[in-house]
Amino acid sequence: MSTLTAPALASRLLSPELDGRDPTSLADHLALRGELPPLRGDDAAWVAAMLQAVADSGLSGRGGAGFPSARKLAGIRRAGGTPLVVVNAMEGEPESLKDKVLLTAVPHLVLDGAAVAAALLGARRVVVCLPADDPSGTAEVLRRAVAERARAGRSGVEVVVAARPGGYAAGEESALVEGLNDRPGLPIFRADKATPLRVGRAPALVHNAETLAHLALIARHGAAWFRSAGTAASPGTTLVTVAGAVVRPGVFEVELGCPIDVICAAAGAPDDVAGVLVGGYAGTWLGPQHLGTPFERGALAELGATTGVGVLVVLAASSCGITETARIARYMAGESAGQCGPCVFGLPALAEDLELLAVGRAGPTTMDRLRGRASLIAGRGACRHPDGVVRLVESALVAFADDLERHARGHACRGTAAPSVLNIPRNARPGRRAA
Amino acid sequence: MSTHRLRVDPVACDAYGFCAELLPERITLDEWGYPVVDGTPVDRGLVELARRAVAECPRRALLLEAAEA
Repeated sequence: MSTLTAPALASRLLSPELDGRDPTSLADHLALRGELPPLRGDDAAWVAAMLQAVADSGLSGRGGAGFPSARKLAGIRRAGGTPLVVVNAMEGEPESLKDKVLLTAVPHLVLDGAAVAAALLGARRVVVCLPADDPSGTAEVLRRAVAERARAGRSGVEVVVAARPGGYAAGEESALVEGLNDRPGLPIFRADKATPLRVGRAPALVHNAETLAHLALIARHGAAWFRSAGTAASPGTTLVTVAGAVVRPGVFEVELGCPIDVICAAAGAPDDVAGVLVGGYAGTWLGPQHLGTPFERGALAELGATTGVGVLVVLAASSCGITETARIARYMAGESAGQCGPCVFGLPALAEDLELLAVGRAGPTTMDRLRGRASLIAGRGACRHPDGVVRLVESALVAFADDLERHARGHACRGTAAPSVLNIPRNARPGRRAA
Repeated sequence: MSTHRLRVDPVACDAYGFCAELLPERITLDEWGYPVVDGTPVDRGLVELARRAVAECPRRALLLEAAEA
């Protein structure tokens, strides 16, 4: 898997103009980006103005859910007490590299953003959560950056780098916070999602690493600057990992609203594709006719898709979308936390139906059974893991409808035997087995 | 006027299935025995039966929540 940062379509976070400087060093980072304005967390007027700037910027979370950053900050402020800032860089989606690339390339920008968030909340501690099993060296780069800031006496907050157990759902915010509370890192059922999560007694702001990097730029340049890229409804830039059948896989920064096919072309996608998986393994397959769609929440919502964690997996025309979807569904079934029946039993059942279809062993009722199962599972877990798999499966049935018809009649296709373009890892923590 | 909706705590639920026995108007079971709950407001006439189903769940996994109409 390549971690190339190929030609940028936008360059706010991943600036290509380094002039020989190394942005992992604090001095060079400040030379490239300029100083952060003084963070005056004890000055109510400053806090109010900065919160207003975040609201005006329209910044939304880049970790998958896309929740408005200003509302998240406000919710934590209302909770009272001394909050904690949790930087979520768990990046459990196997195709996603953007948080690793971001933290490795510009660690100080993310730490600046965490400092801004801490000042807005009156937090004194920041915990940066990274997967313990990550071989990319991100944690080392980050630890050096944290140490350099402490030596320079400019941190203001205590920053801890925490290597947490990985896996697909490890970054789900309630699971992450449970782990920080020294309990099993499993998603919890929250009857009222507006109640803030807490680490100990501290309300926890869980923000994706990229979201905080954008916050650092909003603090420097303001809301109007932030909105000068992207669309009115989806302002700013975003990081996208392009994977699959492309010549230059890797992380690209794009303005929100950039057409999907333009992003894929930058990564060297072939002209003839079977489809693109948008948003990651919990995402949505889009067929070739939809690839002019802007990569942006509103336009994707019309197709039942989301930007998700900013992943595009390109599937060549020679591959079989049903077969690849079956592989993802089987992996995702194994990544269930094993707590909720509809997920524990439902996801392996979906995977099995897809596998039967893929290899040409579907019976006359397999298709109907698959559709029926998919329609019953969504919304019935404590977290959104099963919902994501259902979205993936249902989108495959639409995007690969032509293939599907052949498969449903009991035939494999030529693509079934083609090598997978996916980067599916071994299951990190296999869930409770279905009986 | 406040109304009521049924929800399941899926972590607590262990597929005993009593709820579907007691309130088939609102709760069916999937092929693995886990409840599929109709989340629309519970009719006034069913609220008492719903409370009973909530009380009878051995896992305390069925919730009857007050909701805005």
